[in-house]
Amino acid sequence: MKQLKLFIIVALMAIIIWIDLPENFQIRFQIGKFKIDTKVNPLTIDWQIFNTNIKYAFRTHLGLDLQGGSHLLFETDTSKIKPEDLNDALASVRDIIEKRVNYFGVSEPVIQNIKAGNKYRISVDLPGISDVNTAITLIGRTAMLGFFEEGTDSAKIASSSPIFLRLTKDTGLTGKDVKKATVEFDSQSGKPQVGLSFTNLGAKLFGEITQRNIGKAVGIFIDQIPISTPTVQTAIMDGSAVITGNFTVNEAKKLAITINSGALPLPIKLIEQRNIGPTLGASEVKKSIFAGAIGLAMVLFFMIVYYKKLGIIASMALLIYGLLSLAIFRLIPVVLTLSGVAGFILSIGMAVDSNILIFERIKEEQRKGQKFNIAIRVGFGRAIDAIKDANITTLTVAFILFNPLNWEFLPQFGMVRGFALTLAIGVGTSLFTGVVITKRLINLFYKNTQS
Amino acid sequence: MFNFLKFQKLYFAISTIVIGFGLYSIVTWGYHYSIDFVGGSNIEYRSTKPLKSDLVEKIVKTEKGIINDISIVDTITIIQVQPLDEKQELKIRTSLEAQAKVKIELLRFETVGPTLGKETMNKTIIASILALMGILIYMSFAFKGLNFALAAILAMVHDFLVVIGSYSLLSHYFGAQLDTLFVTAVLTTMSFSVHDTIVIFDKIREYINTEGRGNIDYYANRALTETMVRSLNNSMTIVFMLLSLILLGGSMIKFFVLTLLIGTITGTYSSPFIATSILVWLEKRKNR
Repeated sequence: MKQLKLFIIVALMAIIIWIDLPENFQIRFQIGKFKIDTKVNPLTIDWQIFNTNIKYAFRTHLGLDLQGGSHLLFETDTSKIKPEDLNDALASVRDIIEKRVNYFGVSEPVIQNIKAGNKYRISVDLPGISDVNTAITLIGRTAMLGFFEEGTDSAKIASSSPIFLRLTKDTGLTGKDVKKATVEFDSQSGKPQVGLSFTNLGAKLFGEITQRNIGKAVGIFIDQIPISTPTVQTAIMDGSAVITGNFTVNEAKKLAITINSGALPLPIKLIEQRNIGPTLGASEVKKSIFAGAIGLAMVLFFMIVYYKKLGIIASMALLIYGLLSLAIFRLIPVVLTLSGVAGFILSIGMAVDSNILIFERIKEEQRKGQKFNIAIRVGFGRAIDAIKDANITTLTVAFILFNPLNWEFLPQFGMVRGFALTLAIGVGTSLFTGVVITKRLINLFYKNTQS
Repeated sequence: MFNFLKFQKLYFAISTIVIGFGLYSIVTWGYHYSIDFVGGSNIEYRSTKPLKSDLVEKIVKTEKGIINDISIVDTITIIQVQPLDEKQELKIRTSLEAQAKVKIELLRFETVGPTLGKETMNKTIIASILALMGILIYMSFAFKGLNFALAAILAMVHDFLVVIGSYSLLSHYFGAQLDTLFVTAVLTTMSFSVHDTIVIFDKIREYINTEGRGNIDYYANRALTETMVRSLNNSMTIVFMLLSLILLGGSMIKFFVLTLLIGTITGTYSSPFIATSILVWLEKRKNR
């Protein structure tokens, strides 16, 4: 049992270190006859389980400032808009594009309105993504969702003509009345479909539409193209509907994204696409990482000098903290910008907090005359309350800033969310290494002193 | 045991002075807003001979342009400034031509909108207020009473004011710009502040639980004496990190790190001196 446990721990550590390995690191050396010349790379998964292909490469995802990315420039067509509405429309185009890019799963994009002469442009900078073309089509899609019923003049059109030709009357229900669109799977056929849930007004409208069309067809159109024309069985009053069609999962996902983000108020077209280099020089980054290393060394030195043997344990826990956080950053993945790196370096400083709390309590118990091994146990117990409350409040802050339920009135994307995510990872990981790992290490190292 | 609470007046005096200066600075000088908030203009010139960057800087400044960045590669000069109009650009170009005795061709002149919209800022503020409420509720439960939570939050507001105030001073005297990094630094300071306060309050709670509701002054002083080493040691590790980033790190993040340093110092200072003083005052009022 004990050996199994040890094996699992060693295996986990090995996987974490494997994930953390540097990318394309050249190793070249020679021992006697053995010549080693190989490139080290972090773990890449490419498994075939049943019929699903699981592929994942653990890489550090760097932000625009550190790595560069793709620069897309769109020009808006402002000919059909009143001058007084122009600024609102431009701001809203920018926000919608930001939403789409974020739903698409690109974090930390930079999206700006640009005015050059009397031309209004929108630049979209995406940190190193591989699938630029999908991003472009997604950004440019208009996605006007519309619901149509049979018009009163349908008598003129032969009832034998295709059903969507008879659906001529706009019901007035549009994508604006949709609260949320999600990808779902049909419970019988397993095919992907897009589920819609309406706003209160939308639900009322949809209820009325289905009520008066029982037994008839209602068409769901996207950009004037019929996507599905279901026949209404009963009036639907609960404000939900599904769009079926021969979608692939990806198509359904893209449709949901475009419905969610709303239609663009101005038509846009791509006029420029190029790769951009990092905005921060490599020297700038190198300097900061060097500074972080020096800072880390100072923290370790301080801990060891002040807490002696316990300080060595804290240093080990801190090292494990660093490795674990990096592995989590690569797993999620978190896009690291320079501020993110600085935040991470700061969190190293904060991660020793739980250790300091515990050690101070242990010392306190020792001053009261407790033996060391009892002092350790009592000290741990005493420190836990403070650690728990302090970290739960911080996690509360992170939770609210991250806005997991995607509420309208809280930040839905961008740097605040990125910050909250890094904060939560930092706190969670430091809680684990500062308490659980430290306890294990103390037990391991002080086994002999126990009597 | 050291009687920390004896110097309450001194603590409040220090805080009042620091916050007072900061607020004065915010009201009179405000901030330099970075391109993140207000957008900017990008100007690209090609000159017949390479330009000197201090000359470009001088001329742009006489036209009241606030420079974000100047980069000169051979004969191409790229100037990033806060929004300018066409007339100002023309003036800059003609005076450059006159003073550097070169011919300049305008390759690009465009004005870029802000990346951080008003909407995002408002939502961030709403989220911060909600986070405050979250802390208030959680602490009221964990510490069985509103006073602990209120004291912690008031100390956090104190730290918030110190940070935004001193940033305005940095902005006025050293040209620090209000950007997205600053927003991140403020959020970090606020979570650190409460974190630090809870450690001290935990001690006071422990005395109340084990020894009954007694003399709050005595409990507070005892808690402060016992947690002082921990507070200093913990802050020390963070300060080591930040100092090495300021001294050795890249120049782009200097003000960001400096803000974090100010946040750490005020967060460490406010927990024992401000939060605890407020708690003692609140508890005494309740008992009266």
